[in-house]
Amino acid sequence: MRPDLADHFPPRTGRTHEVNGPSSLSFSLALAQARGGTTLWAREDWAPEQLNPVGISAYLDPAKLLIAQGKDQLEVLAVSEEALRSGAVTLVVMELSKPLDLTAGRRLQLAAEAGKSTGLCLIQDGMGSNAAETRWHCAPVFSESGDSTHQSWDLKKNKSGTLSKWEVRWDAETRRLRLVPDPAQRQGLARAQH
Amino acid sequence: MRARSTDSDAPFALTHLHKSANRIYCLNRAARAQGLHPGMPHADAHAFCPDLISQPADLPGDARFQQMLARWATRYCPWIGLEGPHGLVLDVTGSTHLWPDEATMLGDMKQRLSRAGIHALIGIADTRGASWALALHGGGIAQPGQTEARIARLPVSALRIAEKTCVSLERLGLRTIADLIALPRPTVTRRFGAEVLLRLDQALGAQPESISPLSDPPHYGVRMTLPEPIGLTSDVMAGTQRLLTRLCETLKEQEVGARVLQLTLRRVDQDSQQVELRLARPLRDAGRILPLFERGVGEVEAGFGIDMMRLEATQVEPLPVKQVTHIAGRDKDKLDDLITRIGTRIGLENVQRFLPADSHIPERSFTIAAAAFSEPEGSWVALHPRPLKLFTPEPIAGHGNRPPKSFRWRNMSLSTGRATGPERIAPEWWMADENWRAGLRDYWRVETRQGRRLWLFHTPQNPGWFVQGEFA
Repeated sequence: MRPDLADHFPPRTGRTHEVNGPSSLSFSLALAQARGGTTLWAREDWAPEQLNPVGISAYLDPAKLLIAQGKDQLEVLAVSEEALRSGAVTLVVMELSKPLDLTAGRRLQLAAEAGKSTGLCLIQDGMGSNAAETRWHCAPVFSESGDSTHQSWDLKKNKSGTLSKWEVRWDAETRRLRLVPDPAQRQGLARAQH
Repeated sequence: MRARSTDSDAPFALTHLHKSANRIYCLNRAARAQGLHPGMPHADAHAFCPDLISQPADLPGDARFQQMLARWATRYCPWIGLEGPHGLVLDVTGSTHLWPDEATMLGDMKQRLSRAGIHALIGIADTRGASWALALHGGGIAQPGQTEARIARLPVSALRIAEKTCVSLERLGLRTIADLIALPRPTVTRRFGAEVLLRLDQALGAQPESISPLSDPPHYGVRMTLPEPIGLTSDVMAGTQRLLTRLCETLKEQEVGARVLQLTLRRVDQDSQQVELRLARPLRDAGRILPLFERGVGEVEAGFGIDMMRLEATQVEPLPVKQVTHIAGRDKDKLDDLITRIGTRIGLENVQRFLPADSHIPERSFTIAAAAFSEPEGSWVALHPRPLKLFTPEPIAGHGNRPPKSFRWRNMSLSTGRATGPERIAPEWWMADENWRAGLRDYWRVETRQGRRLWLFHTPQNPGWFVQGEFA
């Protein structure tokens, strides 16, 4: 039996989490929508890829998004810690280009705990920090059924629970996450219909 | 006039647009000698005096200069008002004793002004009207009680009455003020209205006339000198708190909020250090501003100690008093404070938000604004799905007007599973955009069998395929 996604997503507040993979952006936005409130997006100012608020509006109202641009990762982390500690934002997303050292990771955890907010690091492959509460790998999945938001979310690390993998899709109209039934279940449903 | 006159001997005039004609506003002595007068159309003046040099007048600049002069004049007395657009009126009663006599004071004034290149006409008399009359006709001093004798021989035009009235008085043979005084009062009122006698009485002191002094512009600075130098961060913060409390009272009185605050800390070795705080919203709440100073104050090098602190709101914005409600946005305040605090580290303009813009061009369908200087507004409309991230178009190999069956992008071999499109977007002809030189674009949403969902476009006018964005 697969663990319930609702037990694992949204992940715990007062902690920082990590996500990587090509769909990490939609994971962060889904989390921002689930948390409500304002999200601070901290990134380095030289990052070549630009967030597109028009696309983001399918997930989250872009008015709830603040962007902080630091000139290097140190500034990004400093800003994130400040924001996590203040508790004025519910989620802080950090785009990281270098691995976090233990001190930095721990500081972020403590800040998130103090501010009762959630931190989320968008990391590169293989750059996970030991301090993170959970680590997710998210990738889009090609779906024959024509669903263009189908993704697989793989929980790779979990400090307090089991690991698992879910197939999800995003419902842009209600801005809600939906679970895609297992292929086995799907077949079962199909048989039941016949 | 002073600053822009090129050659003092040549006729020179400043002109301004008044009553739908370019008229002379002000002229120099040479021009006056040619028979020109203020208010004359510039074309006429040019006909009278072909070698007239003219420049447009800078009225706001003149007003500023007048204010500056008024400030300078406080060296003679504290009670100063403006007299029309070209004059100042000083109430020197009680401050002439600082000089041997009034003539010395007047001489000093004239000397200082002429050194600054200003030709001033100054009159001193018992009343405002009389001193104006004296100033206009050569200047001079009327000793106390001598007012009537001194101005009696001046023409009636010295009385600050309308020019039209003045002319009709002169036509009746009333050339001097003495002639006017000699007339029975009821006849004057019947013929010319109350103005003439009012001005006469004001000049002679029978009617009071007050001077309304300029109000001082509000000053948003406070300072504190310490008997013993301090060096601990907590001490400096305590000092800052005291200054802030005082400053915030002033801000509250004026119904403004500080946007930029500057804390100057002077050390015992006369070196001074400054802490600048740029706020995300205008504020005047000392309790909220103080913690925002912590970071800046922590970085100050105290050296042998700080013995003077000065806090100034260098930029203020109107902040009207608001009704307190139970649904007041505590969260919004917290967010503003956070923006300020982040701003002290990375610069306030680097905390940004997205605002919608009216354009079909994907890169221009939004603008990025500094969060501290904008409000979230507008609605986001996406008629067609748009990618979450955009990048500069990356070329891929492809032919024809359908997306390629398989292609390589960023070192990945991808094959098209499903393509949705095309969505044609035309460049905005009114914007010369280098990136849109290739002309029309047909956008396709391509879902690859490997999972990645990309936003491709084809340029039919200039065949080529590019990847510009990625969906989740």
